[in-house]
Amino acid sequence: MSRRLQTIFFPAATGALVIAAWYTIHALLSEDLRFLLPTPTAVMTAFRTHADSLTRAALNTTQGALLGFALAVTVSSFLALALSLSRLVRIGLYPYLMILQMTPVIVFAPMLVVWVGAGLKSVTIITFLICFFPLVVNTTQGLISTDRNLVELFAMWRTSRLQQVLYLRVPAALPYFFTGLRIAATLAPIGALVGDYTAGSSAGDGGGLGFQAIIYSSQAKYAALFATAATTCILGFIFTAGVLSLSWLVLHKWHDSYETTDK
Amino acid sequence: MPALLPPIVEFREATKRFGEGPLVLDLLNLTVQPGEFVSLIGPSGCGKSTLLRLIAGLTPLTAGSLIVDRRSPDAAAADLAFVFQEPTLLPWLSVAANIELPLSLRGVAPAERSVTRRRVLDLVRLSEKANAYPRQLSGGQKMRVSIARALALSPKILLLDEPFGALDEMTREHLNEELLTIRERHAWTAFFVTHSVAEAVFLSNRICIFSANPGHLYTEIPVPFPYPRTEATRRSRPFHDLVADVSRILRSVEPDTV
Repeated sequence: MSRRLQTIFFPAATGALVIAAWYTIHALLSEDLRFLLPTPTAVMTAFRTHADSLTRAALNTTQGALLGFALAVTVSSFLALALSLSRLVRIGLYPYLMILQMTPVIVFAPMLVVWVGAGLKSVTIITFLICFFPLVVNTTQGLISTDRNLVELFAMWRTSRLQQVLYLRVPAALPYFFTGLRIAATLAPIGALVGDYTAGSSAGDGGGLGFQAIIYSSQAKYAALFATAATTCILGFIFTAGVLSLSWLVLHKWHDSYETTDK
Repeated sequence: MPALLPPIVEFREATKRFGEGPLVLDLLNLTVQPGEFVSLIGPSGCGKSTLLRLIAGLTPLTAGSLIVDRRSPDAAAADLAFVFQEPTLLPWLSVAANIELPLSLRGVAPAERSVTRRRVLDLVRLSEKANAYPRQLSGGQKMRVSIARALALSPKILLLDEPFGALDEMTREHLNEELLTIRERHAWTAFFVTHSVAEAVFLSNRICIFSANPGHLYTEIPVPFPYPRTEATRRSRPFHDLVADVSRILRSVEPDTV
């Protein structure tokens, strides 16, 4: 079997097995418990029945995820630059960044609702908090890991500090930055969903997938709940695909993580 | 070498130690005339790489004096180029962009940059690789790009710190010949750190042998063979004799490693 065919066949086979197991378990359950595990067919039907509200919720969640993600990328890049330029700033701030990361975001949620109100603002801030840490850690690491030989070369050329940052440290940090970006991209839709679940608002059709999840679970619409989960999953894939493409565009020509065939 | 010209590099009782550490260079006296090709050879820790870094102004002298091109090393920095042991190419830039980078950092106009880039790439016979990225090149090609980048700065002094140390024997010999060919057209002064006696004899008109602990100029040996030197030089009897002589002296200052 060709490599290409393998990459299609094996995931498809796994999927078929999982779905078969799913139907089997459903069939094995006693009649009165079957509602607890809706079949894939039932989930597909729920997708169609709730298409409008799911689409609207998905768009709202995407908005929160994108805003929080963009905010995290911007703030973390500047912070990473500051952290990389001074060891004192680094050791001074790092424990507090850790504390911020260790504190469960859900604890902040009620506070955020009080401060900025439930809805998009809170969702954005919660997404930001969840995406922020892997970005700042990876980017800082990249900015301080510049090849010493290259730093020496720039010293030989008597470049300014700014030139060294722009032409050496920043491009050298890009692979690390993209590692952080990939992690953050998988976290962003989940962050927005958690944010929506804990600090969302349905005012003016502003509810997202987290809000939809609350509604469906309270109404015991489990098939719709599965459809909500699947929608979040698709969002995550779209985010990740976007970041992977961007990473490929920027790095494939020169970075070793992308193999070269034209040696 | 005519001794009438002012020396391009002059160390006088130069001493270097890093912090409170041991002496790296002890009372060095060395005068080099413009256009000389000086090889520095000796056991590790003898201060030969430090000597290059001193000329480059990357680190200051502890005592004594050092004049580079009638100025302080720091003031002369724009007229120097350094070729490191590693090719030190920026992996995210094409060969062309790598060569033009130091020029653009100095504010040289794009048109002038590309003229210079074409000229130096031609010198190292890599014109067809202008758009390649460093990872697409072999070790020898990377080093040639590194040399081309140094030459693009039109240096008066070229400092080479074991540039061919990581390459195989064949490639190294080719690059040695290429380096001498380029030098016929551009009479820079060269300081060349190496561990290979044959390389030092082939390239230079003077070999400085250093001993370690503390780093100290043990002796200087002139190399009388006229330039241009070729493959025939390398096969000649006097060449082999001189390599044997230098090796013997080197062994006497480097007793531990034999």
